[in-house]
Amino acid sequence: MIQVEGVTKRYGPKTAVSNISFEVERGEIVGFLGPNGAGKTTTMRILTGFLPPTQGTASVAGFDVGKSPIEVKRRIGYLPESPPLYPEMEVGDYLRFVAAIKRIPKKEIPRRVDAVLERTATGAVRDLLVGKLSKGYRQRVGLAQALIHGPEVLVLDEPTSGLDPKQIIEVRGLIRSLAGEHTILLSTHILPEVAGTCGRVIIINEGRIEASDTPENLTSQLQGANSLLLDIDGPVEEVRERLELDLAVRKVVEHEARDGRMVWRVEADKDENLTRRLAEAVVTSGWGLYEMQSLGLSLEDIFLKLTSDESAAVQAEEEMPEPEAAESDTSAGEGSESGEGEDE
Amino acid sequence: MRNIWTIAMREFKVYFTSPIAYIVLAMFSVVFGYFFTSGLAFFMDYSASVQAQGGAGAPPLNVNQFVIEPSLGNMSIVLLFLMPMITMRLFAEEQRSGTIELLLTSPLQDYHIICGKWLGALLLYACLLLVAVLNISVLFLYTTPDWKPLLVSLFGLLLMGGSMIAIGTFISTLTRNQIVAGALTFGVLLLLWVLNWISSYETSTFSRLCEYLAISPHFEQFSRGVVELKDLLYYISAISLGLFLSKRSLEALRWKA
Repeated sequence: MIQVEGVTKRYGPKTAVSNISFEVERGEIVGFLGPNGAGKTTTMRILTGFLPPTQGTASVAGFDVGKSPIEVKRRIGYLPESPPLYPEMEVGDYLRFVAAIKRIPKKEIPRRVDAVLERTATGAVRDLLVGKLSKGYRQRVGLAQALIHGPEVLVLDEPTSGLDPKQIIEVRGLIRSLAGEHTILLSTHILPEVAGTCGRVIIINEGRIEASDTPENLTSQLQGANSLLLDIDGPVEEVRERLELDLAVRKVVEHEARDGRMVWRVEADKDENLTRRLAEAVVTSGWGLYEMQSLGLSLEDIFLKLTSDESAAVQAEEEMPEPEAAESDTSAGEGSESGEGEDE
Repeated sequence: MRNIWTIAMREFKVYFTSPIAYIVLAMFSVVFGYFFTSGLAFFMDYSASVQAQGGAGAPPLNVNQFVIEPSLGNMSIVLLFLMPMITMRLFAEEQRSGTIELLLTSPLQDYHIICGKWLGALLLYACLLLVAVLNISVLFLYTTPDWKPLLVSLFGLLLMGGSMIAIGTFISTLTRNQIVAGALTFGVLLLLWVLNWISSYETSTFSRLCEYLAISPHFEQFSRGVVELKDLLYYISAISLGLFLSKRSLEALRWKA
């Protein structure tokens, strides 16, 4: 449905996207994951025909973005990072206007407007000025705008940015409910969003694709090592020796002291019976096992692992001091992106 | 065509949901009303004195020449100030708020967007002309002005206004700051306005060129009810150039966005 081949985009000397290629099949929900300034917005703008690529080709539903932009635009619903709303219009008028410029036949417009209002649960604000809406409603009206012409492909740029947790859950639910009818490409820097909504993840960093797979595969593929947290009541040195005895165990670290006991972090190769063996070992030695917790590699870890190579590490000091902060605090993230000149 | 009309109607309505249309209309009504009233007062005074001197046999003074022509001529000065207010938001606002992304990712050609916006602004300007016509129509109650030259001058005003709007539209694509767009538009229009002044003191090719490029002299013939091809061509070229430059600027916007 979406094909991107060797697309490069340069802004003057700065390369925003460098030779990326990927495909999205019909009906897939694909998450575009990357830190701010990684090139997500640029890629989406190229797909939607807002920006021409410096090199390479992109096509949507078989139409080349550069050669037949109108055909492509008819088939894409696009929600930019900040919803393109006219504050001085009423929601209903706004949607009628969008429907008209999306070339929906005049007779069909009222029906379509009603349908998307219902779909996005925005019927209650139909007669309100867009400028008076809350952030959550604005986002939903933005989605309604993207859906109104029944596009085959939906491109959503950070659809949950700046929403409160309840609204995030609602919008994610809405996106999931759109799966099947539409092929969806959504970008985010919030990892749980990808895990919860997307069938496939494309991780992009510094304008390059670092990985592309299902969230589960990415997790297991990169996991390799398995970490466990063990809270054991026993003599420290003996416990360490006993834990290190196991063949699968690679490293044993004193994690923290808790109520006179020691909590250990054990890194081991992947082994299904490891937890059972370790538990047995502790019990047969006559120590107390208070807690055993598997610390599987989360998407966060993978993300950081993939996106923090040397060059990223160098840059992180100058311009990206908050990869973690960006995940929890989107508004801080947006600030750093404007510094990249991406939304200029 | 439907696309252009959709954009134009939205622009036109936005003027009325924001204070812009009311401010522009109010300012125009007051200033034009003043021009018209003072013109009328002068005419009454003057024709009374002519009658007193020449007696009842003297031909009556031409209302078109003494009232309508000067007030419509002066009106174009008001436009110099009002036009930037009308055009400055056209693209600058969309660029600032990001709604330009909606227009540029919709299945529209660039010229749909540009012509639509130009037409929307032109419609508001037509409302200003309507106010002028309303003032002038009072004359028809008391005397019989010639309506044909009046129509021609209105047509000329529409063309002149269209040119100014096209220039303003182009300037609005250049920046995301409305104030900058407005100030630049005012500067350019003012320059085009006074460009012919130099030709009163000089007769070089340069000053002749300046005279041709100036926006106001081309209206003079229209205001007398005469349509000259060179004036018509001037305004049509100005409109085309403004819209063409807007299109190129919109394309450039994509490259640098």
